Parts: sequence; C-alpha cells; structure tokens
Amino acid sequence: MSPRSTTWQTVGPFFSIGLSWLYDEDVAGPAAAGERVTVEGQLLDGDGQPVPDGILEIWQANSCGKYAHPDDMQDKPLDPGFKGYGRVPTDDQGRFRFTTIKPGRVPGPPNGSGSRTRLQAPHLVISVFTRGLLRRLITRMYFPDEPSNNEDLALNLIDPARRHTLIASKMDGRANALEWNVILQGADETVFFDC
Amino acid sequence: MRDKDTEKQMTRLACYRKFYPGTQPNHLHPPYASSVKRAPLQPLVLLPQTLSEITGPVIGRERIDPRACDLTRQHAGKPLGERIIVSGRVLDEDARPVPHTLVEIWQANAAGRYVHSRDQHGAPLDPNFTGCGHTLTDSEGRYRFVTIRPGEYPWTNHYNAWRPAHIHFSLYGQAFATRLVTQMYFPGDPLIPFDPVFNCTADEEARNRLISVFDWETTIPSHALGYRFDIVLRGRDATPMEDHAHEDEG
Repeated sequence: MSPRSTTWQTVGPFFSIGLSWLYDEDVAGPAAAGERVTVEGQLLDGDGQPVPDGILEIWQANSCGKYAHPDDMQDKPLDPGFKGYGRVPTDDQGRFRFTTIKPGRVPGPPNGSGSRTRLQAPHLVISVFTRGLLRRLITRMYFPDEPSNNEDLALNLIDPARRHTLIASKMDGRANALEWNVILQGADETVFFDC
Repeated sequence: MRDKDTEKQMTRLACYRKFYPGTQPNHLHPPYASSVKRAPLQPLVLLPQTLSEITGPVIGRERIDPRACDLTRQHAGKPLGERIIVSGRVLDEDARPVPHTLVEIWQANAAGRYVHSRDQHGAPLDPNFTGCGHTLTDSEGRYRFVTIRPGEYPWTNHYNAWRPAHIHFSLYGQAFATRLVTQMYFPGDPLIPFDPVFNCTADEEARNRLISVFDWETTIPSHALGYRFDIVLRGRDATPMEDHAHEDEG
C-alpha cells in the first residue's frame, strides 16, 4: 500500500514562536512591477468576535499572470523583483494587513470539451490558520470592479449570494486600499474551498 | 496553440490527490472546544485544482539559518531537559522524497511552557530554550533537528485536561495544495488516548502515524535518544484534470 498523507493538526495558540520568522506584509516585494494595493481586514469567529491568534498565508501570480514556481510553464515573463508569497498574523483586534500588486490572469483547468483553458479573474489564494481550526481553511480574494470576475471559474461555482465574501471592496477616501474580511462562521460566512 | 498544449500537459501532470477518506479531521470537532465557534458551518466548495493551487511558495536556502535546526544551541547555555534527535523523511504518496522543502517546528520547553505571552502555565521558562527551529529537507527528503523533549502541559479545554508531549510541524511541499501543519507525539505517552486534538481524526491508523518511533539508528551513544517521524504530503494524481472538470460540470 502506498503511504497516505499525514493527518493535519491544529496550529494551536502558540504558533507565532515557530512561524513569525517568515512574517512579511509585503507579498509582492518592494521592486515588483504592477498596480500596488493595500489589503486590510479582520478575522472574525462565529460570534463576530475578533480572532487574535490567526495567520493568513497569501500566494499569487505576478502582474503578467505568471507564478514564480517551476511548474508554471507558461510563456510569460518572470519578474525578478516579485516574490508572490506572504504570511501575516492577526493582531489583538483580529486585524490583518498586507500590501501587494494586482496579479495578472492565470489559466484555469481545461474546460472538458477541448484543449482550451479559460483564464481566471485576478485573485490571491489564501490559507487561514488559527487555534481551533483542525486544518487550514482555503479561500481566495478577488478584486473589485474587475469585469473578468463574471466569468471566473471559482466564483461561478459559488452560490451568487455568497460571491461577495471573496471580493474585496474599495476603502473610501484611500487610493489603492482594499478591505476584505474573513468570517469563519455564521451569517456572511466567507466561502472556503476544498481543492 | 503550442502554449495551450503546454498548459494542458502541465496541468495533466501536476494535479494533487484528494485526501483518503477519514484520514483528515473535520473542521468542527466539538470535543476540541475552540473549534465550535471557528469552524465554518457551510459546506466547503469543491474547486478543481488550477495553476494557482499546483504551484506554491518556494523558500530558498538563502532564507535558512543553518543554526536553526539545533534548538539546543540558540543561547549561551544549554537548555534544561532531555536532549533528543528528531529526524525523518518527507515523502509523497508515491513514496518519493520531497527534496529541499521547508520544515518548521515549535514546541514547549522541558517543563511544558511555551515562550509566548498567552501561555499562563505556572511552569518556568528556560532562558536557554526558545523552542522553534527550521530546516530544508535534503535531496532525499531527509530532515533532522536536535532539541529537548517537550513537557506535557495543562489546558482549559475540559476538566483536568493535559496535552500529551508534542512538537508542532509546518511544511510546504511543492505546491499550495501540499501545505501541511501537524503535530508529532512520543511513543508510550499515557495522555495520547485522552487528547481531543490527537483524536480529531477518525481513522485510527492515520492518528497513530502522528506518533514518532524510537530509533536506535539515530540515537547517539552517551548523548541523545533518537525519534523518527516520517511525513507524507499529497502525491500527484494520475487522473487528468479534464476528468475533474467534467465531473464538476456534470
């Protein structure tokens, strides 16, 4: 019998001693090309209470829609100034913050009827970890006023009434600032994926 | 067209397998009280893997502190407690090594206390022990840490609740899809059968794989006992991605 995947266990309450050395709010990297955005939000539990012991991990493509990873074999340029990865904690009020660039569009899976792939809307893939979560939660953040959201693979798998939980909103009076909250449970619960 | 063909071939190769049923915890596990208000209640949305999930962060050697794999040499003095060697291999579900991937660990000290402001356990801190480390696996997927055996400690989950001795592990593997955070336990620990975190996984064999094995091979005479803990990350699926897409559309 081939080996089976090791089972997940919670990060528990004290993960920061082991994981904080890689905390980095600058997901793209200071020299990355592209449209800069700041994302701020709050991580909330089923009572609407802030989750002060959480981490978000963000992974994304560069401004051309190319991942800094050997399995991305698209004929698109890598950006030597681009990182594409960040790990950010929540604070005592459950707030998190990161800066990045809006990624380009990346292909989805082939559509089953031929070899053509459909492009996905610009998005970040995100893992959420907290004490109390026995394994990570997987979600995505999309961008506001983005026409391609309407044809995005993942957004179209979701009940239309819940799609807004994955789309960040512009913050009044602040250029290039987005708000996106993660609600673990209850009314307006964020959509989480199994993938 | 060549680009399209390349993309197709790449996605066919790289999809990661679903977890075997029962071998992973549900998000909601009421005996673990903290899950009750934090686990989502809506069903997860099944998402076919895309380039976004089959790629993932690559932490290069330039980020690694070579001293970070020895938790007993991070301060001026030696930490209190029993020195141990924790080593093993990181493999995928086809038993292939996962090379050059990040392994992070964190743990309590020998008295069962974490260097963390929210740890209110009355056991003493050890000025010579922080309790965190990291390393990359080698070309054959091997890793090795020197540390001290962590102590058991009480928690408030239920009456007279104690966590068995454990070390937290965090791994990336080769893709966003292969991320893993888990805990390693010690053989013969009498607290294991009563621990709601250990017990959150339905499959008994899967749970028991979290218990390390005492290992003469890595035990160093007159110096430190060895414990072996092999870790398995998701393997690549032989099923082409088109089939997943088709199922979702049907």
